[in-house]
Amino acid sequence: MTVDLLTLAFQRPHIDWHAVAPELTLLSVGALITLVDIVFLEKARPYTAALSGLGVLATLIPILTLAFDGADRVMFGGAYVVDDFALVTKAVFLLAGYVVILLSTNYVAEGDYWENEYYGLLLASLMGMVMMASSRDLISIFVALELLSIPAYLMVAWRKRDLRSNEAGLKYYLMGVFASAVMLYGMSLLFGVSGSTQLSHIGASLAEVGPSVAVVTMGVIFVVAGFAFKVSAAPFHTWAPDVYEGAPTPVTAFLAVASKAAGFVALLQLVYVGFYARADVFEPLVWILAAVSMTVGNLIALRQTNLVRLMAYSGVAQTGFIIAPLAVAGHSGAIGDQALSATVTYLAIYAAMNLGAFAVIITLARKTGSAEIGSFHGAFHYAPALTVAMTVFFGSLAGIPPLGGWFAKFEVFRVLATAGEPWGYALAVVAAVNAVIALYYYANVLLKMWVEDAPEGDHSPVPFTPSLTSALAICGGVTLLFGVMPQVVARFTDVSLLALGG
Amino acid sequence: MLLNQFLLLSAVLFAIGVYGVLARRNGVLVLMSIELILNAVNINLVAFSALRETVGGEVFALFVIAVAAAEVGVGLAMVLLLYRNRRSIDLTEIDLMRG
Repeated sequence: MTVDLLTLAFQRPHIDWHAVAPELTLLSVGALITLVDIVFLEKARPYTAALSGLGVLATLIPILTLAFDGADRVMFGGAYVVDDFALVTKAVFLLAGYVVILLSTNYVAEGDYWENEYYGLLLASLMGMVMMASSRDLISIFVALELLSIPAYLMVAWRKRDLRSNEAGLKYYLMGVFASAVMLYGMSLLFGVSGSTQLSHIGASLAEVGPSVAVVTMGVIFVVAGFAFKVSAAPFHTWAPDVYEGAPTPVTAFLAVASKAAGFVALLQLVYVGFYARADVFEPLVWILAAVSMTVGNLIALRQTNLVRLMAYSGVAQTGFIIAPLAVAGHSGAIGDQALSATVTYLAIYAAMNLGAFAVIITLARKTGSAEIGSFHGAFHYAPALTVAMTVFFGSLAGIPPLGGWFAKFEVFRVLATAGEPWGYALAVVAAVNAVIALYYYANVLLKMWVEDAPEGDHSPVPFTPSLTSALAICGGVTLLFGVMPQVVARFTDVSLLALGG
Repeated sequence: MLLNQFLLLSAVLFAIGVYGVLARRNGVLVLMSIELILNAVNINLVAFSALRETVGGEVFALFVIAVAAAEVGVGLAMVLLLYRNRRSIDLTEIDLMRG
């Protein structure tokens, strides 16, 4: 064997430069920002945010050209794939990343928080997400996961002299590294069973060995549990509230949307391309994660007095909704495709409405200096536009028509019902009960903002900035558009992973 | 092929690592426990790779080693930051926010 390997002539792998153009653009923007800071020092500071924002938007151009081209591009023997699924999720990551840059602009500049390094790390993390969307191999999934996580650990601890930020950073780091170590152990077992790191080969050999092999069950459980940490699904959600509270709020928005979406994208690829033959393992696992996440997240959210912690628990509950369709994904190929579309639809809408809610919190906190719900009382009297925006985003999170979140929840229920399995119906019932519980705490916050009087009668206006206004406009517009015209988002999220991986 | 022995060693290392992460209070020792888990992974990968006669597992192990080095760099920096601000790296003492 060794002799064979040595005598093989090196063959340069085929690289499709058009397919990796988004990654290359993002990389060069990151390098450019670092270079500009080294050359121009202080003079470059005010332009860093704008430059990285433009860079992220420029990255969307190759994604658009690839989408118009329409062909599936496969590289490195199937380890790196650019198909419709990858393009749609890459676009979601980049738009979410752009909004996070808009949210960070004033926060980072006013706090004097090492701007250049901040945006450099943000772009590195985005790069990891963009790579994740194309990775169909255990090694590239692992590397993409670490590329998106390691900068995020640093960004959580960004306020160096703030003890809460330190604490949040260390907690997130330890939880994240532990989760990825457990996930790696699962991956090593799967590699042992199949003898390949490629998801499509793993899928084929899992179908071959049949259901009797306990090692496969262990491997699948470890890998799914590792990603359950990343997407903060209960019972692996304990880090989320503390980290969300301690981290700088724009970073919290980034974790709650982009980083979570990346975890889902990895999970979808693993389940559909790798584990699809072992529906008997992943379906009950996902069922439990979904039901527990929705219930635990919502019940604890009821008791929160801090809006950011409330968003953390509401995020746990939303995670339950997002993975719920996967609990019936193995029923048949058609249901599997519908479940995938429902999940991607939910991710896209969730990104818009959750970032919007964080944009309102960040804007209001510029005046109140706190994220306690009590400090936002009576916001309608001095910031009516923001209160209306918050109503749109929270209404959407609760799933009220005609806002985007309604269509996302509708798709989830539709998939659970069409599968025609008893546990599908059971999960739909759990989800319906939880949607009602969630409505209570979202409505409670909105009621306080509309009806109560402002604390100490302070009616001074909220200091707006252009970047926060545009972030609010983008998120609000998208949330409304997807709710009123769901066919727009449904057209983009009609993707499949089964045809290719099979 | 002595595959079982390698897998047993790796399972034991994994269990010790998980125990260490859950039970240790010192930040640096938790980091070391995580390293134990990663080494369990590497042993698994290399053993399976030898059994299957492919290089995939060894390549994966190299990636794990390289990325773990970067990870530990960040982790030690964070423990150091905590030590500067609090003069302690006892993890049970970092409880400013309700878990």
